[in-house]
Amino acid sequence: MNVHDQVISIIAEQAVLEPADVTLDSTLDSLGIDSLGLVESIFAIEEAFDIQVPFNANNPSESDFDISTVGSIIAGIETLIAEQA
Amino acid sequence: MKRVVITGAGTINALGHDVPQTLEAMKNGTCGIGPLDFRDVDRLIIKIGAQVHDFEPENAFNRQQLSFYDRFTQFTLIAAKQAVSQSGLTFSGELSATSGVVLGTAGGGVSTWDENYRSVYEEGKNRVHPFVVPKLMNNAATSHVSMEYNLKGPSFTVSTACASSNHAMAQAFNMVRSGMATVMLTGGSESMLCFGGVKAWEGLRVMSKDACRPFSANRNGMVQGEGAAVFVFEELDHARARGAEILAEVVGFAMSSDAADIVMPSKQGAARAIAGALRDARLNPEDVGYINAHGTGTAANDKTECAAVADVFGHHADDLMISSTKSMHGHLIGGTGAVELLACIMAVRDGVIAPTIGYEEPDPECALDVVPNEAREAAVDVALSNAFAFGGLNAVMALRAYR
Repeated sequence: MNVHDQVISIIAEQAVLEPADVTLDSTLDSLGIDSLGLVESIFAIEEAFDIQVPFNANNPSESDFDISTVGSIIAGIETLIAEQA
Repeated sequence: MKRVVITGAGTINALGHDVPQTLEAMKNGTCGIGPLDFRDVDRLIIKIGAQVHDFEPENAFNRQQLSFYDRFTQFTLIAAKQAVSQSGLTFSGELSATSGVVLGTAGGGVSTWDENYRSVYEEGKNRVHPFVVPKLMNNAATSHVSMEYNLKGPSFTVSTACASSNHAMAQAFNMVRSGMATVMLTGGSESMLCFGGVKAWEGLRVMSKDACRPFSANRNGMVQGEGAAVFVFEELDHARARGAEILAEVVGFAMSSDAADIVMPSKQGAARAIAGALRDARLNPEDVGYINAHGTGTAANDKTECAAVADVFGHHADDLMISSTKSMHGHLIGGTGAVELLACIMAVRDGVIAPTIGYEEPDPECALDVVPNEAREAAVDVALSNAFAFGGLNAVMALRAYR
């Protein structure tokens, strides 16, 4: 599974949806993922790719990590994997 | 002052997964203590305990719930569900605003601490699940009960080692009695039966390797148990107005502090708590028919407790019955007083006195009627439940039959 598919799968599991229902322009809000669900997803992503995601739950919008859409999350993770490789 | 009655009870412990099973086991003198079964048990010196068996959390809770529920919270929610269901109460509006939860636990999410310490120390991982803190905190069980049943009144967790449940139930009782609350869910829970939990207790050298034999001359220590019990304490007029079934009346309690030693019990401290509970309930010593003893099966507790009972009750000490049900369900530490209150309810409501099992040799320093090995039928109007914690913090509850 590539990064794209793996992230979609993690987010779909969190949202209790089929991966096909999660698209690149889905927002976490539209998927029904709340703040705790987001923190749990970040944890699952860190575990899956063995990376550190610079995400601060106190103020997510000011983190150095764009969570506005599923697409931006995947792009951010691909960058982190490239940087931390 | 309001009168306070119990209108619901629930439990899960080594003797049963609900109240009827537990009382039946107590009546039959069933021993819930056996070989411990969890990871790394072979590295323990103490390999016995009263574990809850045949319990699959996945059958009771969904995956999302389990990410927040330590085992002590799981036990609490199972017991609370039974208690609320028996009471027939639903909480909304004014009742919701004036009803709360006070629960006892000594360790809280011990197995969550244990698993995550193992993961970061032993396995060298540098990341833990995001919900470790809300899962292990001592008030997690109280908070989840409040959320589950919409209880918006006074709610908190009490942690006073082996007296946690009695202190918690005393607070709940006082809140209903004073009019501060209409209904309180109360009791306690403990789940320390994991490698780190038992290893810590081993250090004190007070644990038995073979059995819990309270008051027996050949006793050699305590045995840990796990589980929870939760009760619905309700203001009497409120309960009567809705035709609720009343299990027993809570009539008094007292607390005392030994102010003496961090582990050794004091006869005076225990006696002051027992006498205080009688005074609070406006009872004479002769009114008491049964005492559910703290009865840990250690040398120190049992003789101190018997001496305290003899001091308070005088000649009547020879006429009352005193048993330790820890011989069957083990010592549930912060949850123990809650499970033991079930034996008091059985005494005043059903006229059945739970025995002290494993009793083999009389001890002249514990020369009371400890109801050895077999349950007994006896009409009892008032029962006391003793709890004497490490740190010298004592709490005694008084129950009376509601007729």
